[in-house]
Amino acid sequence: MTEFTPISALVGGSLIGLSAAIGYLALGKVTGISGIFGRLLGGDMGHAQWGLWFLIGMVAMPALMHALMPSEHGFTAPSIGVVVLAGLLVGVGTRMGSGCTSGHGICGMARLSVRSIVATCIFVGSGVVVVAFLRHVLGVFG
Amino acid sequence: MIRVFALLMGALFGAGLYVAGMTNPAKVQGFLDITGQWDPSLIFVMAAGIPVAWVGYALMMRRGSTVLNQPLFQAAQQHIDRPLVVGSVLFGAGWGLGGFCPGPGLASLLLQPATAGAFVLAMVAGMLLNDKLISR
Repeated sequence: MTEFTPISALVGGSLIGLSAAIGYLALGKVTGISGIFGRLLGGDMGHAQWGLWFLIGMVAMPALMHALMPSEHGFTAPSIGVVVLAGLLVGVGTRMGSGCTSGHGICGMARLSVRSIVATCIFVGSGVVVVAFLRHVLGVFG
Repeated sequence: MIRVFALLMGALFGAGLYVAGMTNPAKVQGFLDITGQWDPSLIFVMAAGIPVAWVGYALMMRRGSTVLNQPLFQAAQQHIDRPLVVGSVLFGAGWGLGGFCPGPGLASLLLQPATAGAFVLAMVAGMLLNDKLISR
């Protein structure tokens, strides 16, 4: 169980939104992580390698912040085997469904894309069902 | 200039994930656990992120161009199709199972190299599996 932290969620969400806003306004791009990362895997780093530079910033910044001002949130993850299975599902699902929490959930929702609204409802619903099954039917983690 | 903007965007995004607590898988699972000890925090991430992103989108549409003279965003597809639905079901299942979506998995690489590294490698395998075999 984790604590309800609306203020840090609002601040964090605003920063993510600002990144996505700059993506539209400056680059004309959707700031979707599965898209950026997936294209990179296919050898497409984006115009002027913007995708690569974006990922460098995104990986480096949390480590920098952790060193300077550690967040109040801890880190608790399932076992490695479960995480690997989860990663496979996330990889296949985000490429097949053309997006993840950022591309559909933030950027797509912001422009009221019907595809993104449908995708977001489905992946949140699917996640809710899986967590309910794991925690309350099987009785594992938490 | 594009690279500077991209680096800044990535830094903002990574900072946002870290501040919001999305780099903790248990927090994400707590958000999805609506029938148990529900932690609704992540609704506030979307409630703040979506309107702020909308401002950028609206300004882009209004000026009809981008600040760095890049092509204007255009949606590739409009209709709801089977890959969108099936892909989103699979993604959501993995998100619930591990508590990681792609952004937080990558953003946790330096903080939690073992766990996030395993997630990212498996995600790479899943993406390649889809791109090379399933959705060719």
